[in-house]
Amino acid sequence: MYSGSTPRSESSWLADLDHASTTSLRPEVAAAMEPFGALRYGNPSGSHLLARDAVRAVDEAREQIAGVVGCRPSEVIFTSGGTESDNHAITGGLPPRVGLPICSAIEHHAVLDVVHALGGLTVAVNSAGQIDQDDLHRVLHRVTAQGSSIGLVSVMLANNEVGSINDLAAVAACLLEQDSITLHTDAVQAAAWLDLRSTAAPAHMISLSGHKLGGPKGVGALVVRESTKIRPMLLGGGQERNRRSGTLNVAGIVGFAVAMMSVDSQREATNQRIAALREQLISGLLASVDGLIETVGRSVQLPGSCHVCIAGVDSESLLLLLEAEGVLASAGSSCASGAREASHVLTALGVAQDSAQGALRLWLGWDSTQADVDRALLAVPAAVARVREFGR
Amino acid sequence: MRVLAALSGGVDSSVAAALLQAEGHQVVAVTMKLWGGESDTGCCSVSEVEDARRAASQLNLDHHVFNFSEEFEQHVVEPYVADHAAGRTPNPCVECNRHLKFDVLLRRAELLGYEAVATGHHARVVTLLDGTRRIARGADSAKDQSYVLYTLTAAELERVLLPIGTMTKDQVRERATELELRTAVKPDSQDVCFITRASGRAAFLEQRIELHPGRIQDQDGTTLGTVSAVEVVTLGQRRGLHLAGGAAARYVVDVDLESATVTVGGPEELLNMELELENLVWAAEAVEGVMNLQCSAHGPALPATVTIDSAEHDRSRLRVQWHEPHRRIANGQSVVMYAQLDTTSGTEQVVVGGGLVR
Repeated sequence: MYSGSTPRSESSWLADLDHASTTSLRPEVAAAMEPFGALRYGNPSGSHLLARDAVRAVDEAREQIAGVVGCRPSEVIFTSGGTESDNHAITGGLPPRVGLPICSAIEHHAVLDVVHALGGLTVAVNSAGQIDQDDLHRVLHRVTAQGSSIGLVSVMLANNEVGSINDLAAVAACLLEQDSITLHTDAVQAAAWLDLRSTAAPAHMISLSGHKLGGPKGVGALVVRESTKIRPMLLGGGQERNRRSGTLNVAGIVGFAVAMMSVDSQREATNQRIAALREQLISGLLASVDGLIETVGRSVQLPGSCHVCIAGVDSESLLLLLEAEGVLASAGSSCASGAREASHVLTALGVAQDSAQGALRLWLGWDSTQADVDRALLAVPAAVARVREFGR
Repeated sequence: MRVLAALSGGVDSSVAAALLQAEGHQVVAVTMKLWGGESDTGCCSVSEVEDARRAASQLNLDHHVFNFSEEFEQHVVEPYVADHAAGRTPNPCVECNRHLKFDVLLRRAELLGYEAVATGHHARVVTLLDGTRRIARGADSAKDQSYVLYTLTAAELERVLLPIGTMTKDQVRERATELELRTAVKPDSQDVCFITRASGRAAFLEQRIELHPGRIQDQDGTTLGTVSAVEVVTLGQRRGLHLAGGAAARYVVDVDLESATVTVGGPEELLNMELELENLVWAAEAVEGVMNLQCSAHGPALPATVTIDSAEHDRSRLRVQWHEPHRRIANGQSVVMYAQLDTTSGTEQVVVGGGLVR
């Protein structure tokens, strides 16, 4: 029964398999942030000693993040998170960039909706959840044939629902045939797993978020390579070298940087461990639930992602039954009202409506355990059986 | 008991959940997301979901949102549109209670292991001497909602709780104020939730079906004016016809979709002695005889003799013989039958069934 607050530490019965939604703060992140509350609370825009102390903390964090991303510190613009970074990148700031934005059809709404608002175009994806290179060619040619210019192309490094990974080098090669087109990538999910130094290297702009990788919520970054022009989207005090006004979230930035470094230093071990757990999870589900299919193949997925579609089941009911067994999952990305909506990602992947109704995302994270997987493997088959017994 | 309390975001359902919780039930709150489109009538909007969530959290209840918008479209909105297109006057709130709150939600509750569903309707569940359940009127006669609940069967009522049925609206608001619920002073919701007050029925229907302008005539066939859409004209309607003033009050006495003609006449033309009902729903077994019949949500219940039309076995119909001349009721409207029956709490007017005017 609900008690008003059920933090995970006090309720080890919870198996959080919703790490695509958010992750718990890593202990070292919490420790690093703590002094920036009551003690080191300076505003880095000022000049006195408290302010200078904050500047130093932000400078260090910026260098640490640049090190993990493989960019220069001056290329890191701190933002309020993934959504702001995506909006800034796609619009190009105020006034918006000239030319039509183009993105893949399975981008997060923080990209997709901005592209639509600016009258841009989307590119199809293949059944593995990767951008369709042929369609990208077609769309690029169509735009230029109409005499329009291309503002930028945005292709997510990894998808937030099904975990599919894009090969940005291939995308960049495709863009090279045109005049130098700006390539943006939403790496919000990918940054928790992939080495951005290599995988995101072809991108001119990269969106990042703190809370998907064991950092705090409300902080992120837009990396903009020096060769790429960007105007500010938020105007005001001229922080971030006039590219993003607003008092810096110092504690958040410090925590974000520590989380990025933790991901980087533990990447190999974590990815190996989690990929093995995911393998157990998916093969266990395939063996125990009839009519369950993997939405995209494991070979092109992030190590922690697991997305399945279950025939003849309504995922809303399924999720409630799983929650009652302490398994937290989701049907797709979270939405404002708290209820499920049809997923544009599954539609673009060509998943049939009946299968999409039974979408289930079980996403592992840096702190997932064998017990989480064991619990899911007990709970999912039982919940599916019960939903089927009661008719959806 | 494990109870799933449907919270609409209004005061009645919040207090209903609070009362059950105070009685010691294990209550979990749920808000159904039914309508995804435009709304300004205080139902189903994002702000209603937020009000429900906040009320739940004030009561320290867990709160879920169930998305039943597909089912709502299928069972409420589409039939509503089809009825208008066929010249009937539907009652979507009845259909919503029938299909959403007490079918889809009840089944979901069962699936999730709840023993009952509770709502904030002003009506009561009573027990007859044979142990079966029926719907009886709420304590606040002005707010009584037993009419819109007539489709609930005795079997369904085994799993339905209507905790505020014994209270007046003032008592509900008082209780909400005591509990400091943010919904305490919210105005009552009314009107059809998916039709905006600002633009109305015709604007909604226009997006889905073709509406036809029509001619208004008197009973001699003399043209008196025009209407922009015959599909939204209802038998008995007086307002909105824009007839030249001066003459005595005239009412719609006939709507003929085929010729797009609306006929108006005096109030006496609206009266008759008979009525036929179809799509019958019985709380338990079908019954005949003298009963009180109610033809609108808050109208009077008047005596009539009902007989089952045995000529149509497969699709049973009911013949209603009013004891006094009665206003004619538009096709598609619900008529609810109440009978005086002995219950464990004394003799009561209870719902025994209902149907749609044919």
